[in-house]
Amino acid sequence: MTGKAVRTALRPGRVLVALLAFAWATPLLWMLVAAFRPERAASAGMASLIPDYVPTLGNFAEAWDSADFALYYLNTIIICAGILAVQLVTISLAGYAFARLKFPGRTLFFYLFLIQLMLAPIVLLVPNLRTVAQLGLYDTLPGVMAPYFASAFGTFFMRQSFRTIPRELEDAALTDGARWWELIVHVYLPLTKPSMIAFAIVSVTAHWNEFLWPLMVINSPDRRPLTVGLAMFTLGAEGAQAWGVTAAGTLLVVAPLLIGFLLFQRRFVNSFMTSGLK
Amino acid sequence: MAELVVHMAGAGGDRVRVPRRRLRNLLGLALLSPSLVFLAVFTYWPTAQVLWQSVHAAPRRDGGSFGLQNYQAIVGDAAFRRALGNNLIYAAGTIVPSLVLALAFALTLVRSTRFNAVLRSVFFLPVLIPLVAAASLFLFIFLPGVGLLDYYLAKLGVQGANWLGDPDIALYSIMGLTVWKNAGYYMLFFLAGLQTIPPEAYEVALLDGASSWQRLRFVTLPYLRPTLAFVLVIGLLGVITQVDHIFILTKGGPSDSTNLLLFYIYQQAVERYDPGKAAAATVVMLALLLALTSLSLRRLERNLEAGE
Repeated sequence: MTGKAVRTALRPGRVLVALLAFAWATPLLWMLVAAFRPERAASAGMASLIPDYVPTLGNFAEAWDSADFALYYLNTIIICAGILAVQLVTISLAGYAFARLKFPGRTLFFYLFLIQLMLAPIVLLVPNLRTVAQLGLYDTLPGVMAPYFASAFGTFFMRQSFRTIPRELEDAALTDGARWWELIVHVYLPLTKPSMIAFAIVSVTAHWNEFLWPLMVINSPDRRPLTVGLAMFTLGAEGAQAWGVTAAGTLLVVAPLLIGFLLFQRRFVNSFMTSGLK
Repeated sequence: MAELVVHMAGAGGDRVRVPRRRLRNLLGLALLSPSLVFLAVFTYWPTAQVLWQSVHAAPRRDGGSFGLQNYQAIVGDAAFRRALGNNLIYAAGTIVPSLVLALAFALTLVRSTRFNAVLRSVFFLPVLIPLVAAASLFLFIFLPGVGLLDYYLAKLGVQGANWLGDPDIALYSIMGLTVWKNAGYYMLFFLAGLQTIPPEAYEVALLDGASSWQRLRFVTLPYLRPTLAFVLVIGLLGVITQVDHIFILTKGGPSDSTNLLLFYIYQQAVERYDPGKAAAATVVMLALLLALTSLSLRRLERNLEAGE
């Protein structure tokens, strides 16, 4: 077995893929190495991937000072949490309706929801910006969140999970006199917790990473989310020293998701698998 | 909670309450309504708006008459044609390499060893980071002379290039970023697809004396067809809807050589204040999206209706 494993490991294809993995890791490795490099060591070769220095947090301090990362974090967290909170309500209600209720026009509504799945919201950014402005939400965080409050992907996702729950449970609860919302809260949601978590990971990752829409909606610097803040910061950075600070800023932006992934790998991977069409 | 559920499951069933169920079913519409309100405001209404606006000339030209002027305007706009052409090159040049690499990664790393798990994570990490953050890193990688790429190319004795400043190269540099960012995502789907291939299929092929290439060609790939189709569609959707990196790296330049459709729309709306052109270009994109998604709609419907 060991002999076979060694032989398989030495197959040229595997070596090539291992080399590619190194190439794949390079940009993130560079980010780590450059972010902790002291300013003095920078001139020698900013591109070096070898951490031949005593690590310092100077770049982080400078990034933190020159851009309002604390505020950007807060804004991004508010946006992600706000979207997710409303989505969880809308998708569990609609998901339950599609999964277990019969009502007039059910098929029609099903296709109406499908339209959102087909037309990516970001493509509608120009008319949506006008709507957001008309609603008085221009340059506000709710303006960034609003187009995502309904999620066809989430609705269909919850519908699928609700359907895996035996109807007998619902019937039993009904004969016990449970009301519809008690059914959802006490029977359906607790049993579909893994699905909700999967959806939450997809939703938070998507909106944590979103750029173009908040760029258009937000005008005030103190309402920028992390991505917009980082973009302005990167584009404003100049000179050789600035690259260490840019790397530090980038690390600040990507760290939470990367740490989340390293802690909950399986959950992340499974969620991303289900998110093919979102 | 589990106890409660068991209790409830055990408690009922014999009393039938049909009228109550029927009443409850009227709830359906009420439960859909929160979603429908948001869908109406942010999906149906804006779609109707761009359709309407795209066939009405901007007021400053001739009093808002009905016509195809906006479409003529974008077709006559070299920047739009360039963006459309770029988007095609960008689609082919990112999706094909990403798919091939993703398949190679999946085939190589399919067995769950510790080493393979680490490599899979390495390929997957770029998927997690924002496109803007990836662009910030690649801005340095592509920096002429002192950037990561030129620095190591110089060590190999290879002359670097002006990766983002040369109109003949810039789009291909950006494709490099996109392949880096997406291959790991597609790999996930191939890994899952490979799990669905029954081991017997390989055993039969082995008994028939099939070479590893033949096994790939006649066993693996046919089984992966649905996965391939699915990944192709999400890849195409991605190249249309993701342009954040353009904003950081090139802003569509030099001379529109890296302009993509969605970035063109952004330019028309925000920088050129031309809502008519923006609307017409948006309609073109919506049409592309509809065409793409309806290709996969049958599959999607089948999935959604599964167990109906």
